[in-house]
Amino acid sequence: MTNGWPDIQHADMILVMGGNAAEAHPCGFKWVTEAMEHRKAKFVVVDPRFTRSAAIADFYAPIRVGTDITFLGGVINYLLSKGKIHEEYVRNYTNAPFLINGDFSFKDGLFSGYDESKRSYDKKSWTYQMGADGFAQVDMTMKDPRCVYQLMKSHFSRYTPEKVSQICGTPKEAFLKVAEMMSETSRPDKVMTILYALGWTQHSHGAQNIRTMAMIQMLLGNVGRPGGGVNALRGHANVQGITDMCAYSEVLSGYMLSPMESDDTREQYLKVRTPKALRPGSMNFPQNFPKWNTSLMKAYYGNNATKENDFGYHYLPKRDGQYDILANFERMAQGQVNGLICQGFNPLAALPNKNKLGKALANLKYMVVIDPLKTESAEFWKNFGEMNNAKPEDIKTEVIRLPSTCFAEDPGTFTSSGRVIQWHWAAGDAPGEAKTDREITGTLFTKIRDLYKKEGGKGREPLMAIKWDYSSGTNPPAEEVTKEISGRALVDIKDPKTGAVLFKAGEHLPGFGVLRDDGTTECGNWIYGGCWSQVGNLTARRNNSDEGGMGNHLGWGYSWPANRRVLYNRAGVTPDGKPWDPKRPGIQWDGTKWAGIDVPDIAPALGPSTGAGPFIMNPEGVGRFFAPAMAEGPFPEHYEPFETPVGKNLMHPNHPKVTSNPCSRVYKADAATFGKADEFPYAATTYRLTEHFHFWTKHAQSNAVTQPQPFVEIGEALAKEKGIKNGDMVRVWSNRGQVKAVASVTKRIRPMTVNGKPLHHVGIPIHWGLVGVAKNGFLANELTPYVADANSHTPEFKAFLVNIAKV
Amino acid sequence: MATAQTMNIVNRSATTAPMPVKSNPDIAVAKLIDESKCIGCKACQVACMQWNDNRDEIGSTVGVYDNPADLTTKSWTVMRFNEVERADGGLDWLIRKDGCMHCEDPGCLKACPAPGAIVKYENGIVDFVKDNCIGCGYCVAGCPFNVPRISKDDHKAYKCTLCSDRVAQGEGAACAKSCPTKAIRFGKKKDLVEWANNRVKDLKERGYQNAGLYNPQGVGGTHVMYVLRHSDKPEAYNGLPSDPQISPTVNMWKGVTKTVLSWGMGVAVLAGLAHYFIKGPKEVDEKGHDA
Repeated sequence: MTNGWPDIQHADMILVMGGNAAEAHPCGFKWVTEAMEHRKAKFVVVDPRFTRSAAIADFYAPIRVGTDITFLGGVINYLLSKGKIHEEYVRNYTNAPFLINGDFSFKDGLFSGYDESKRSYDKKSWTYQMGADGFAQVDMTMKDPRCVYQLMKSHFSRYTPEKVSQICGTPKEAFLKVAEMMSETSRPDKVMTILYALGWTQHSHGAQNIRTMAMIQMLLGNVGRPGGGVNALRGHANVQGITDMCAYSEVLSGYMLSPMESDDTREQYLKVRTPKALRPGSMNFPQNFPKWNTSLMKAYYGNNATKENDFGYHYLPKRDGQYDILANFERMAQGQVNGLICQGFNPLAALPNKNKLGKALANLKYMVVIDPLKTESAEFWKNFGEMNNAKPEDIKTEVIRLPSTCFAEDPGTFTSSGRVIQWHWAAGDAPGEAKTDREITGTLFTKIRDLYKKEGGKGREPLMAIKWDYSSGTNPPAEEVTKEISGRALVDIKDPKTGAVLFKAGEHLPGFGVLRDDGTTECGNWIYGGCWSQVGNLTARRNNSDEGGMGNHLGWGYSWPANRRVLYNRAGVTPDGKPWDPKRPGIQWDGTKWAGIDVPDIAPALGPSTGAGPFIMNPEGVGRFFAPAMAEGPFPEHYEPFETPVGKNLMHPNHPKVTSNPCSRVYKADAATFGKADEFPYAATTYRLTEHFHFWTKHAQSNAVTQPQPFVEIGEALAKEKGIKNGDMVRVWSNRGQVKAVASVTKRIRPMTVNGKPLHHVGIPIHWGLVGVAKNGFLANELTPYVADANSHTPEFKAFLVNIAKV
Repeated sequence: MATAQTMNIVNRSATTAPMPVKSNPDIAVAKLIDESKCIGCKACQVACMQWNDNRDEIGSTVGVYDNPADLTTKSWTVMRFNEVERADGGLDWLIRKDGCMHCEDPGCLKACPAPGAIVKYENGIVDFVKDNCIGCGYCVAGCPFNVPRISKDDHKAYKCTLCSDRVAQGEGAACAKSCPTKAIRFGKKKDLVEWANNRVKDLKERGYQNAGLYNPQGVGGTHVMYVLRHSDKPEAYNGLPSDPQISPTVNMWKGVTKTVLSWGMGVAVLAGLAHYFIKGPKEVDEKGHDA
């Protein structure tokens, strides 16, 4: 979330799209009802289904799965063609005035530079026009035909209300009503927030779904403002923490991209990740990348990371390809992986195309499952009849289970969707032999390192180099790990000008602002810098006083970065530093420095006259409508899901190569499993229910009582067509697998008219599986396709094709 | 937190002794369920199960979100989901938390032939006293909302207690405490009526012209009230009666019991009455048991 949970109460309008906040985030959803009750906020839901969120919304509009870019692109066109934008914001805080390279173009669904054989772009034309002064060129009138504003206007002019209705199946009047309601917040005294979740991420164009919304929020001037922002509601209590701490193979802690094989040297690695400012006065905060990275290397390798050995750069693995989770399971399916450690991860249920996953796991020599609960993954080799038709006698994989603790049996931190890191204490002891994840990891590490010490082996050197100086190597205390993440001085840190000692050796540092690139500081995750300062464990703070009256609660936990509650809050004020809406203050320029009731998202002294833009993580200093970092284009474009009920991209009906995202990676074997609409005529989507939490709570009786058994949802029209009655057992199948479940026939899913023809949706809640106290059933991912977003590699769980029949 | 309450009994089943009967408006409590803020998350159901240490059976799905499908002796509150097409082509998904309404004029208490099996406290809460219950099921017939359920195991009647045990200690109802959107509020009835009126005003401004407070006078008002967006048609909320009344047969039966009791019904009944006369109005301890 750019803003925190309590901040939702300041919104004048709340859009829930690409998510179902009432269902999946009922506790945080209270801020929506608070805004409705106390601010008279309007609440709008756009979803293929009439959800529990929609049940209390002021307005609901239906949309076909996988067409959000079209809907939102239509909103952009509405705002630009009607002039309903926050112009001062757009001019000053975004790259709308920036001039783009004359070679950049868009034609027939493709941007300039596409290489079909690589399914990727050569982005050399996706650049700003650069001046002789080394800065990007701008036209502040935004009239130059090559400026981003004009290119954007032209790009989205194709997204007419008629086109939106044709592609999305949303009635034109409903679309216009939503667009009109959103456009009202272009006024500086009105703010809209957007709450989304996996309904936007789990698409082959998920990142662009979110980007399109971010563009709308910038056009309306809603980013950086109390009650505004772009707010991702995360799916676990600590999934934000997982992402922050690099539990992914392609990034290091704090979103630092890990090295590629092409990054021969540390110098090269740092160079390509340390940008130069693109506009005069730009704060260009990523210029500090070497400080964050060096401090991380010191946390990893301690005294074994020295200036002489490039701070241990050679210890880090260098990626020779893609190592996201789908790439890894593809390798496993190809028989290229020996072992797998699943720690708090249930891939047989959590990744797409279960049958492929089961076969991949059978190719392993061993699998270690570290989990507090019995998982499907640990049972993949067992025969559960047609729900898992494995042949144990043919599977050689050795499965080792290490029972771990639940969060309430272990101290540590959670990081909420709102980026607030909060310490939690163990509430009880774990049953039986269960050990904490830290103890399991620490013991494994110690034993493996001892074995390498004795016996040697490939990769020995990095393993020996790791700093592991916890008071217990086999059971590192959570407090010590948190301190290491937060950062400390390794020697006395002096002011380079005066020579005065700023921090003594061993002291906890107050934040990432004082990190050094010379090896004198360590920090396990720069964005968490300062969460454990000399004052103590700031994540354990529980002061709920509300100084400023805006619900910032700066004394509660520690919100990364720098305990800031609203990101980009410099954009929440006018160029000369006054809140856009004085009734909803954040920060303001007091004549000498930035001050206010939140931590300013800009250097305190960088006042309005310096020209420093509010989006300090971009070298431009401004937000990007034109974003070359995206894989499939600097502007979002509609592409169909890989399984499309329409069969073509209605934006480019004569260009079959751009039917679906031209940059998504498709493995050969998977391409053959994609179904077509003639055989699988119904658009399907998977989702969560409020009664359950992923695949965990099917083990808990209370949850199982309230939602006991697998079901699928279909509309009345489709049910009538298929002779299905409410409560009947049905079979739903895709080109990959099947589920059998109880049919819920509902008015909440209605047929849509897409491209002039009726289209039915089938809704498939997840949550049930092979084990648990709830009634067992098929894993929903029997059905889903093994294809993902081109940027994040998040699987396309939210849009695919199925057929259905009564059993 | 409210202060601990003395749970003085103002009405008692099958008892002829003169009693105040009516709750005391100065201390009367209530639960207000604002349907316009309810997202049907069932946190209240789970809180109810856990506070009262009830675990219902893991049942089946019958094609709707209602689980358990009905009130049971172990599920004292359930969410009722109703899909209603609007005249304008839109849809309402009406979600109502069902359970005991704690009527000011409780039909169950009137119908109950067992002395002291059903009591009403000065704060308006209607409670079942298990030890006195004879499992006859007359309370079921007496209830205009079809709430009490008789256990097949111990042949006793069960329903929501409005957390009388918690209230006695100054706490609100467990369901209200667990409700993430504050759709359920617990407090003094007069405060909640005022709150409800403000909610109704807001809903009318949002276009719900028929929004209103459900506090039916046919049963003397209730200590569980609803704010409904469509208060003109409460039946749409899974058959919530628009004008609930105690069945005439129950009122007649009440007359009979009075007569019978005045003749003396037996030792057990007399003993119960004696208890009342000697010890005075009952109080409950924190577990909800008779003190």
